Formats: sequence, C-alpha cells, structure tokens
Amino acid sequence: MALFDNQHILSTILFTPLLGSILMLFIPRERANAHRVVGNLFGFLGLAVSLPLLWRFQVGQADFQFTEVHSWIPSIGARYSLGIDGLGLVMVMLTTLLGAISILSSWKAIQKREKEYYLLFLLLQTGMLGVFMSLDFVLFYVFWEVMLVPMYFLIGVWGSERRLYAAIKFFLYTLAGSVVMLLAILAIYHNAHTFDIHEILHSPQTMFSVQLQRYLFWGFFFAFAIKVPMFPFHTWLPDAHTEAPTAGSVILAGVLLKMGTYGFLRFSLPMFPDATNQFRGIMIVLSLVAIIYGALVCMMQKDMKKLIAYSSVSHMGFVTLGIFALTPLGIAGSIIQQINHGISTGALFLLVGMLYERRHTRLISEFGGLSTPMPNFAAIYMIITLSSLGMPLLNGFIGEFTILRGTFEVPHYGMTWAAWGVLGIILGAAYLLWLYQRVMFGSVTNPANEHLPDLNAREYATLIPLVILAFWIGIYPKPLFRVLDESVRQVVEHVNPGYYQAQQAAELPAPAARPVSPAAGQTSSSQAGK
Amino acid sequence: MNIWNDLFEQTRRDLPLILPQVELAFFGLGILLTDFLLEERFKWVNAVTAMLGVGFSAYALWRLHGVPADGIAGFKNSILVDPFFVFFSFLFLASAALVILISVRYMEIEAEHHGEYYALILFATLGMMFLACGNDLIVLFVALETMAISFYILTGFLRHDRRSNEAALKYVLLGAFSSGILAYGFSILYGISGSTNLASIRATVEQRGPADVLVLLALVTVAAGVFFKVAAVPFHQWAPDVYEGAPTPITAFVSVASKTASFALLLRLFLTVFWPVRVDWTMLVAAVAVLSMTVGNIAAITESNVKRLLAYSSISHVGYILLGLVAANQRGFQAMAFYLLVYAFFNTGAFATVIVLRRKGVIGDEIDDMNGLITRNPGAAVLMLIFLLSLAGVPPTAGFVGKLLIFWALIESQHYVLAVLAVLYILPAVYYYFRIVAAMFVRESTDTFHPRVTIGQGVALAAMTFVTLAAGIFPDPFLRLATYSLLLPFGH
Repeated sequence: MALFDNQHILSTILFTPLLGSILMLFIPRERANAHRVVGNLFGFLGLAVSLPLLWRFQVGQADFQFTEVHSWIPSIGARYSLGIDGLGLVMVMLTTLLGAISILSSWKAIQKREKEYYLLFLLLQTGMLGVFMSLDFVLFYVFWEVMLVPMYFLIGVWGSERRLYAAIKFFLYTLAGSVVMLLAILAIYHNAHTFDIHEILHSPQTMFSVQLQRYLFWGFFFAFAIKVPMFPFHTWLPDAHTEAPTAGSVILAGVLLKMGTYGFLRFSLPMFPDATNQFRGIMIVLSLVAIIYGALVCMMQKDMKKLIAYSSVSHMGFVTLGIFALTPLGIAGSIIQQINHGISTGALFLLVGMLYERRHTRLISEFGGLSTPMPNFAAIYMIITLSSLGMPLLNGFIGEFTILRGTFEVPHYGMTWAAWGVLGIILGAAYLLWLYQRVMFGSVTNPANEHLPDLNAREYATLIPLVILAFWIGIYPKPLFRVLDESVRQVVEHVNPGYYQAQQAAELPAPAARPVSPAAGQTSSSQAGK
Repeated sequence: MNIWNDLFEQTRRDLPLILPQVELAFFGLGILLTDFLLEERFKWVNAVTAMLGVGFSAYALWRLHGVPADGIAGFKNSILVDPFFVFFSFLFLASAALVILISVRYMEIEAEHHGEYYALILFATLGMMFLACGNDLIVLFVALETMAISFYILTGFLRHDRRSNEAALKYVLLGAFSSGILAYGFSILYGISGSTNLASIRATVEQRGPADVLVLLALVTVAAGVFFKVAAVPFHQWAPDVYEGAPTPITAFVSVASKTASFALLLRLFLTVFWPVRVDWTMLVAAVAVLSMTVGNIAAITESNVKRLLAYSSISHVGYILLGLVAANQRGFQAMAFYLLVYAFFNTGAFATVIVLRRKGVIGDEIDDMNGLITRNPGAAVLMLIFLLSLAGVPPTAGFVGKLLIFWALIESQHYVLAVLAVLYILPAVYYYFRIVAAMFVRESTDTFHPRVTIGQGVALAAMTFVTLAAGIFPDPFLRLATYSLLLPFGH
C-alpha cells in the first residue's frame, strides 16, 4: 500500500494519532466507552504502523532514512521534510510504545471528560512524533510547541490538587526556552540560508563562526536544558510530574524529557561543535550536580510520585553526562539510558498510579507490607526498581555502565567525573531500595492495605512489555547499539573529530596506555556492555 | 463655467477609483432612509443591507486589484490607488462584514438595534478606505476624522449604559486632542513645503535632512497623533476604558479595523514623507514598541475583565507590529501586513466569543463568566482557545507565523536585543491568555446557561477560525497576499 512504502510511512505514523483525535470529534461526549475504545485503538494502531520501521531500517547507513519532502511554505523556505536515523528510530519507537501503554493505563484512571482526554492524548502523540521526525527547523519548532498545549490540558484538567499551578508552570518554563530557540533558528537561517536540518548537518563544519556558535549554542541550550531538565532549570518537573495523571507522567518522563536530550544530540553537538567543546565543562558540572542533587532530594520525599519525579532529574543527569563526554561510548550509552529511563521510570509511574487508583494516596507512610496482599505487583515492582538502579542483567546497568565508561575515557578529568557519577548510582540504589522497603516489606500496618487486589489483566498488559524490554536490553543490547552506531559516529565526528584518529593511532603500538578500553571500537562496546 | 466642466471631466475619469467608497456611502445613506420603514423586529434587514453594501464595495475593489505597483493617481493627485490601498481596503471590508455579522444579536439584546448603527459602520469603513488611499494631507485628515467621528458615536451607542457613555466621552476628548496634535504636525509639513501633496512634502523633507528642527517637530507631532490612534504607549490610556464601555462588536471593530487603518496612515506617512529621515524615527518607534509590549503585557496580567484584558493585549500587539517598522526591511513590511491581516480575524474572533456569552441581564465579559464554558458550549470554548493561542503566538496558528516574521525581520536587521525582548514578552502573554483558557476548560461552572450561537455569529466564527488556522498551517497564500501589498513603491 502506498501509505506504507518507505516514502510515506513516517507521515502515516505521524498522522495516525491525529486521525484518531479527529474521529473522536464526531463521537458524542456522553459515550465515554466509545472514546476509550477509539483512543486505545488508535494508540495501538500508532504502535502497529510504526513496527515496519524496525525491519526496514537499514543498519549502518549514514544518512537519514524514510525521507519524505514536500513543499510547505515556499515563500519562507520551510518544507515538510521528515526522516529518521538510528537516534530518531529509537525515539519514535519509544514514543509509539509508551503512547500505547499510557493510553491503555488510563482506562479506569480517567473518569471524567473522556472525550477530551483521549483526543488530547492522541494530539500529543502526533506532536511528539513530529519533533523526532522533522528535518526542517520550522516544522520541528511547530511540533515542539504544538505538544505543549495538549500537555497543559492533561495536567491542568486531569491532574491532582495543584494541577493548574503545575500546568501553567510547565507551559511557561518550556515556552521560555523554546522562544529563545526560535530566535536561534532564525539566526541559523540568516547565516545558512536554509531551514533544512539535513543540509546544515552535512555541510562543512565551518558553517558558523565560533562566535556565532556560542550564541546559537546558548540559544538552543535553554530550550533543551529546560526540557531535559538540567539542574537549575528542573523546578517545573517535580510539580508537573506529581500533579499530572499517571499516563501524563509516563509520557512526560518517558518521551517529553527525551526531546531535550534529542535536541542536544541532533542540533547542539553536531552543529555547534566548537561551542560545545568550549562549554562542555559547565555542562558536565551541571549534569553531575543534577545526578547528586536529584538523588539526595529523592531521599527526603514523602510522596512516592515526587520521589520518582526527582529520580528523573538524577537519571537525566546521567544522560547529559554521557552526551557531553563527547565520546562514542558516552553518547551511545546516553541514548540507551534515555530508552531505559523511558522504560523504568515510565513503569514506576504506572506502578504508583496503580497504587493510587486503589488507595487514592501516594504518601509513602500510608503503605507498608504490600507484598503480602499484592505479590505479583511486588515482583514486577522489584524488577523495575532493580532496572532503574542499574542492576546487571537489566537495562539500567547497560546504560549507566556505558556512560561511565565513555566518561572515563575522557583525558584528564574523565576519572573524576565518572567517580561522581558512581556516587550517584549508589545514592540511586539507596533511595529506590529504601522506597521499596518502606512500601513493600514488613507487615501490613495500615488496615486499608490488607485486601488490596493484585494486578489485573489490563495492568499486566501495560507492564509486561516494559519488563520484557528491560530484560532484553539488559541481556542482549547489541542490536540496539548497532542501530545507534552510525548516528553516534556522525555526532562524534562532528563534535570530537580527533577521537577516531586517536583511536586508530592508539591501536598500532601494542600495549594500551590506558587501563580501560584497550582498542575499544564502537562496535565492541556492546560486548563490553555485558 | 470652465471649472465645472473640469470637475465633471475629472469625476467621470476618476470615479472608478473611488467607486468602492462611493458604494459604501450610498448603502449607508440607504440604510438611514429605509430604517424608518422597518418595524422593530425587522431591524436585521439593515444588517443585510449593510452586508450588501460591503459586498458591492468589495466587488468594485476587486476590479481594482490589478493596479500597477506604483499606483494610479486620481483627483488631481490627491488619492493614490495602489496595491497597498487594495490590500488594506479588503481588510477593512472583511472586518466590517465580520462586525456586522456579530452585531445583530448583540444589539437586539441591548435593545439599541437602530439603522444608524450599521450606517455608521459603513461610514467608518469608508473613512478607513480613504485613509489607505489618501495621497494628500487634507484627504488623509478628513478621512481620519470621518472614521474617528463614526467611532465616537458607535462607542457611545448604548445610550442607557453609563460605561458606554463614559467611554464615548473619553474617546471624543482624547481623540480630539490627538487629532489636534496631528493637524499641527500637518500644518508644519505644509508650512515647510508649501504643498499638501505627500510626494512634494517628501522632496522637501529629503532636502532639509534629518537634523532640521521643523522636520523633527513635524515628525514628533505626527507620530504622537498616529500613535494615539493605534493606542501605542504612552498614548494608550483611552483604550481599556473604550474597549470595556463600547458595545462589544464595536470594541472588536475599534481594536481591529481602526487600528489597521491607523497603521495604514502611519505606514503611508513614515514610508513616504518621513522615509528620508528614518534615522530620526527608528529609535523613537523602537522605544514606543518596547513600551507598548511592556505596558500591554504587564497590565493585562491582573485584569479580570476579558474586554479590558484584550485591550491591554492589543496594546502589546501594536508593539509587535511596530517592530516590523523598526526593522524597516522587506521582511518587516511583509510581517506587518501579514500580522495586520490575520490579527483582524483572530482578534475579532476573541471578541465574538465574548459576544456569544452576552445575554439579557448578564454582560458576560468577566473571566469568571467563562468558567466551565467547555461543558456549556464546547464549540465556543474550542474556538476561543484557537483564537487565544493565536493571540499568544503558539503554533499552528496565524499569530505564530506573524510573530515569526516579526522576529525574523528583527534578526535580519540585526536588532538582536529587540528580538530577545519581543520573544520573552510572549511569556506573560501566554500567562494571561491562559487564565481565560483555565477558566473555560478547568474551572467548574456555577452557571447553567448554555450560550447559543446564531447563524450570523456562526458564519463569522467559521470565517475567523478558518483564517486563523489556515494562515497558521498553510500560510503561503496569505504571505503572498501580504507581499502583494508590500509597499514596494515606498521608500526606495
């Protein structure tokens, strides 16, 4: 079918959720179940139509794939241009998967205004997918901002008590970053005379002068740093995550935050390499502060959801640490860690949401000894906790380990940075296990918890795919590394061009000088991961 | 009787150039005549007549759309029919049509449904159209006053409403004051050049140069007069009161058409007469623009009345549009034209939604009146959301493209500080627009009233929504339209 050939499949994926939300406009609002069904249908359809990407994607091809270009606004030179590389592929898959799962998880949690809820959720899906697919700056920016509106409503209408405050805070923070990015985009056009991301990426590296790169770097930095969120810009996150409905939190943590790190990898590093190298120290310090600070704040939380929200700050700190290590391992690890974070934090939010549906509270002190009434819940929760804290054989370990190795490789400071990172892992294990202990172990102290029902089929359906993915990435991450390989190489060649030459030169004299990573090619990283 | 022959010849030759205005005048006078024959419940016929007038005028205008870029002069060079005029006149006619459509029900509820109302709308539009084609100080001034006086009356049209009367009085007094200042500026221009024709004044100004005291004095006084009309800070104080007091359709008309017409005047003057001395006014306009964005955005944050809030927000929009003039490049003019074009639709749209809420006994213009609108009238709530997003400049709406072009023009002309200020002012704007959004979508309603949309309102809302979304998602035709008007002959 023409819709599914390689030139159109991205559009099909992009607009499937939108089609669903348009369809819902015509269903009367009283028929809540019809909306649930249609919402879920299109959630899964969105996942289904994105699956062909997995086997059609050409591993090892340097360029963007599945490209599609149409004229859009010729008078200002903006085009409708889509395409993905390895990085885009994993982000698109993460989005469609988490989208389907979170829509499914809302079946019982959302009991008012179902029509608007599912409609907005599907709209949000389209917006997020567009961000990861756009190869034109104007198109990218449109999608980047479009998704703010549905998210505002998801938090503002279906959130908990302080939802309005959290929603507008989220909106304004994110907008503050993105409007500055808009200026940077226009400045890029002014100098490069194109909005075409592909063309700018593949032009000679001297496209922007060093001075201009500095301005542009900061112009983009605020947009991405607020989204990630990096340390001083993170204050919107605990509010938004805590107040949002479960599915909103899953999507926020799972996909929205990744838009920031995606932006760093797609734009900041390859387009402004000199500025990146110059400001890398600041970025690393901010990442380390986020790791440690986020973890310490987690220790103090009384609210489960808030704890997981702050753990996002810490985990995303790892991701930015890996990115700004500027080594292939660091970057590959950071992308893997983004997926991991989507899986494990997404699952943690789902689990907390299930508890909330049963008890209508998220306070840690209200729970205790839940493993007695809910053994299956406890088992899955354990797996996810372990995955989140970086237990070998589970996904978190692969990401964190690769990031730390990539950081370690950096001459001079690498060891110090990695050491601080490791401290973050230890703290992470502490708060996650402590949370688990307080909620799950011991005897049931609160009578309300004595007869909580265990997981039902729908809840299994939302959690099992994530558990399977956690194990798969933990045990056999090689395919994932291979998909990302080429994207990572492209980024590193732009931002750290000396790296590969140094690698080749280092291979010739036999005894390796450095203790770690003798002759670490980018493909052998996967074995190292195990 | 040679002079009569001359006049007759002149009129016969140049009448097609002003036919659109003449038709408006005829229909306006016609309404005044037929109004006597109509019973109270048939007053809507006046609206139909007015719509017909707008339609005929638009057709006459359409026949002028092929005029050459440097225009056709007429009536002894006192008017100039060029693409600039055609573009702006279409905009005036479109806003007049929208305003007529949203007026019928509103004026019925107010029990002030008289024929003069529609006649005055047509006369005001006529004044605006002459304002866009005037090539002579006298024509410009008379046109401006025709428009302004119609608006003074329309503002005070709700005779039994104290707010309306107060607004009209304020508007007249301050308006007269500003017209006086403007006339003073015109007199200086006449004094230094000995001519009322814009082209010859321009030649004199060019010759005298930017450091000449009289030129500066003329510039400052003219600018002050025009800034008053567009409600730019520091000449904006009348706007919130007039917006609040005037009948809501007229508020929309003042905030859109009157503003656009004044911008046409401003562009005509600044890009012909004062173009040679632009070093003098760039900083002046930039300062006014920044002040307008600042005051408009900050004052709107605490407003609880939707009409006043929109008044302040429209002051900030004036600031954005003026930035296009500061940039003073091709992109900047395109941005201004595009912005004014789409602003006419989405801003009227926002007022139209307020009108939908109007009913006997409840004015419905407080933010609290919007509470829970999504459950009471989902359609109106969603449309209001679209208009507000567009006002705030969030894609995929027309407002975003307009702001994008303004920022772009600023970057191209290397006004980086202004560009950063301009983008950051989006934040307070989003904050106050979203207070309305939150009221509509999140807060519970205490009111069981389900506002209904009449056919006229429905048609107007559909048109406004269409333009807001179409110009946001596929802006190309609208951009070409803006480029068509692009003031090419000016200043180059």
